Amino acid sequence: MDKGFVGQAVKRKEDPRFLTGTGSYVDDLNLAGQVHAAMVRSPFAHADIRSIDPSKALALPGVVAVIVGQDLVDAGINGLPVGWLLDGLKTPDHPSIAVGRARHVGEIVAAVIAEDRYLAEDAAGLVEVDYGTLPSVADVSDALKPGAPTVHDDAPGNICFEWSIGDKDATDAAFAEAAQTVSLTLRNQRLVANAIEPRASLAQFNAGTEEYTLYTTSQNPHVHRLLLAAFILGIPEHKLRVISPDIGGGFGSKIFNYPEEVIVLHAARKLKRPVKWTAKRSESFLSDSQGRDHATEAELAVDGSGRVTGLRVKTLAAMGAYLTTFAPAVPTYLYGTLMSGQYALPNIYCEVTGVFSHTVPVDAYRGAGRPEATFLVERIMDRMAQTLGEDPAEFRRKNFIGKDQFPYQTPVALSYDSGDYEPALDRALEMVDYRQFRQDQAEARRQGRYLGLGLSSYIEACGLAPSAVVGSLGAQAGQWESSLVRVAPTGIIEVFTGSHSHGQGHETAFAQIVADELGVELDAIEIVHGDTGKVPFGWGTYGSRSAAVGGSAVVTAVRKVRDKAQKIAAHLLEAREEDLEYVSGQFQVKGSPDQAVSFGDIALQAHLAHNYPEDLEPGLEASAFYDPSNFVYPFGTHIAVVEVSPETGATKLLRYVAVDDCGPLINPLIVAGQVHGGIAQGAGQALLEHAVYESDGQFLTGSYLDYAVPRAEHLPSFETDHTFTPSPHNPLGVKGIGEAGTIASSAAVANAVIDALSPFGITHLDMPLSSQRVWRAIRDAQPAAAAD
Amino acid sequence: MYPESFSYHAPSTLDEALGLLAQHGDDAKLLAGGHSLLPAMKLRLSTPAHLVDLKGLRGQLQYIRDEGDTIAVGALSTHHQIHTSELLGSRAPLLAETAGHIGDMQVRNVGTLGGSLAHADPAGDFPAAILAAEADLVLQGAGGQRTVAATDFFQGFFETAAEPGEILIEVRVPVQKGGSSYQKFYHPASGYAICGVAAVIEGTNGTVSRCRVGVTGVSDAGYRATAVERALEGQTFSAELAASAAEQAAAGVDPLEDPFASADYRSHLARVHTRRALTAAWERN
Repeated sequence: MDKGFVGQAVKRKEDPRFLTGTGSYVDDLNLAGQVHAAMVRSPFAHADIRSIDPSKALALPGVVAVIVGQDLVDAGINGLPVGWLLDGLKTPDHPSIAVGRARHVGEIVAAVIAEDRYLAEDAAGLVEVDYGTLPSVADVSDALKPGAPTVHDDAPGNICFEWSIGDKDATDAAFAEAAQTVSLTLRNQRLVANAIEPRASLAQFNAGTEEYTLYTTSQNPHVHRLLLAAFILGIPEHKLRVISPDIGGGFGSKIFNYPEEVIVLHAARKLKRPVKWTAKRSESFLSDSQGRDHATEAELAVDGSGRVTGLRVKTLAAMGAYLTTFAPAVPTYLYGTLMSGQYALPNIYCEVTGVFSHTVPVDAYRGAGRPEATFLVERIMDRMAQTLGEDPAEFRRKNFIGKDQFPYQTPVALSYDSGDYEPALDRALEMVDYRQFRQDQAEARRQGRYLGLGLSSYIEACGLAPSAVVGSLGAQAGQWESSLVRVAPTGIIEVFTGSHSHGQGHETAFAQIVADELGVELDAIEIVHGDTGKVPFGWGTYGSRSAAVGGSAVVTAVRKVRDKAQKIAAHLLEAREEDLEYVSGQFQVKGSPDQAVSFGDIALQAHLAHNYPEDLEPGLEASAFYDPSNFVYPFGTHIAVVEVSPETGATKLLRYVAVDDCGPLINPLIVAGQVHGGIAQGAGQALLEHAVYESDGQFLTGSYLDYAVPRAEHLPSFETDHTFTPSPHNPLGVKGIGEAGTIASSAAVANAVIDALSPFGITHLDMPLSSQRVWRAIRDAQPAAAAD
Repeated sequence: MYPESFSYHAPSTLDEALGLLAQHGDDAKLLAGGHSLLPAMKLRLSTPAHLVDLKGLRGQLQYIRDEGDTIAVGALSTHHQIHTSELLGSRAPLLAETAGHIGDMQVRNVGTLGGSLAHADPAGDFPAAILAAEADLVLQGAGGQRTVAATDFFQGFFETAAEPGEILIEVRVPVQKGGSSYQKFYHPASGYAICGVAAVIEGTNGTVSRCRVGVTGVSDAGYRATAVERALEGQTFSAELAASAAEQAAAGVDPLEDPFASADYRSHLARVHTRRALTAAWERN
């Protein structure tokens, strides 16, 4: 092929339908006879449910049913399972509807089913619940204090798990010998995922075949089917079809099994009518699993030459009131394993305590553990550079793992397969014009203006994941991916993938891969995903795995199809297979291109099988199950430039430079979109976003009036570039890019703000670096600064 | 988002609207642009049994008229119309400038002056400008009209001087003398004013003859910062004077608190933005 589709900024095939309002989201679907669910949610963080009186609700004409927790128990429906187990993990029962006690604001206490949604909401307001409020606790540190209210009796002291990684003794020894140490106490604040499409579920039950169909907002419909059928409902898996159609973003929050899915499935069977529920935005705030929420103490040690020798980390990680699907993995294997960053850091020890509190459950949110690790590592690297009086860029460079050290075994389990960190740092410094900036910064300070620049040299482990590895770490799931490539008689190619696109653009990127392999146009390819009735199996999309794992499955399957096509071509051309070459969508005899047969003709012949090799099965399709041999390790350096107003504390993000290495780019336009969105979310955490609970568990930021997400006006035009270090172990050489922006950017922005504030003697502030927090820090610091 | 059920009325005359208010009393709510009322209804924080939609009255209540010493602004004028009005821009620019700080273009195209004032959100932008401009508000009841000064109109959280059965029909803005400015600190989530300060300053030969300052977002209702005004009037304007006068911006006020801004931070912002508004207004004088 002269010029393939891979590497081209092809406009996304799916966008016309999204942009013209012809997409099909769960809430767009309506089935004959459908009724609607509304949830009655606990207004209290912790309360006994003494009684529930549905009579007034049921008396309202058009109300069909009121379902309470005991109804699900009586129907033999189990609680929601946990998909990742750790040693000693406490897994308290997680009912879809609370039975006897509610443990966070927003927990479902009853569900009302009615002929329309308005009526259901009216009736939900008429369900009389007699609550006996109980003492409650929201903060992780408070939850561990002696005498703190207990969330679950079977998790004494509110401890969900205690986990560690690394060599404690060796790390302690490194600190004992250190020339210099620094410490950092930080909070990585809780966030709300904020997918633009609220969660929705529509369930149908066929009483004749006893088959359920669930249309739901899922990043991994097969995982949903597996958990719902085998663990929760206790039905044969093939009796549940899960369809996740067009989905408006997930950021992790749509990975998990949610109570509402169980409720609509149960109600659909009970009522023999389709049942639909779509979250109100206020319900999204109170019921989508939330992200981050760590309280951490960390220390870094260096030797006499300023080389890092040890990192000690102690983290309390909020789990919320219940464990959702992958919650225990996030602050452990997706966090502690990233503590080496890009650095040759020989001794690391990281302890994590998972803590229950009376808050919404916490699970994976874009980056999932890796942003928390990167924030810590990049913040404490800055802190050490500042303490040593070294330039933060050069301090990083000095401590980078050298490009000749790969594969590099970290002291925290991961083996980095490839990397070359200096070119990304150099390119970012060049783009931002680092030396000039430092001059401008000094000049601005003389004028009473506070500019700051922050670096974040990040690494992530993504492309989840080698199945045997994650299995040994506690995953109750495989992490391979499947693909089935099916060619129709007309040469149209359907690609069934277990990856799920909810904003990632798979319909375009995967089609580009297939088009290049087969030399056909993009229009000849249909990417099919999100339906357990069509796709054989799949583990779904999260952890920046779709290109590296899903894409590898696609390319493996399509190459099998091409190999079979070659056999058919050899027969049709009466030539030997090895004498054929594939050029522009046809097999031709090497050296005589007029002896050729097109892919379309081969596809037709594969189906007719009139003139066909004797020893070959008819048909033209192949499947592949691709299990990666390692994670992939994208990396890069991001640089943020800010100006802080000393008067109001307001931070303006002036510039943002991102140099990422995700290997070869399948579609630069999609990559840019992922990087831009990721930066916005990370910058949002750095400056704006905060899910705030009162100490008793009341949720204070439950709407967009109070919860600030970044808008275009808060952000500069991003400046992006790439270096290219292919992954050595997958057929496309690709690494993930879906989370990189988020993983890198909160540290870059926070470091920039702290850099701007350094004249005030400020060495750390927690996120979000809101104007009030910055103003207060300046105000409190000024007497000290004046004394200098 | 699912409001409770309600009856919808679309009167085409003011009398008809007043009649509906008289008939339904506290069960009725007036709907103008709907940018505050409809979200509250969708959250079931507001549950009126009767919604009286005023859009049929646009012919009567949507205007910006030159009446000599006064610009009369019909209550159904949109924020966008006010922001882009040449008449207001040249003769009462404070109101036009303030309107440009409300929400976004979509909000400004639909939201109305009367709706915003009658709703009396403590973080709304218009109260600051209306107070500093010393505008009058015209209320129409079944028994006739009355005029209320801006200083008497805002009485607390979502509370105004309008009596049940009255409709705010017009805002009368005196032609502005001197320079003006509106300085706002936006809430990063809602876009409402954490603090908004409107100032008008008049003076000659460096001496301030008259100063009016309206503040929104800081207290449970918009207020006039009269201590600031007194500190400036009769004095020679200087940056130092503006700064020291601005120290009084939240004097005697019980400031609002929320997760984004505590009382002391809000008061600080009020002082900073008052100084900025005074300085900018003087420059335009």
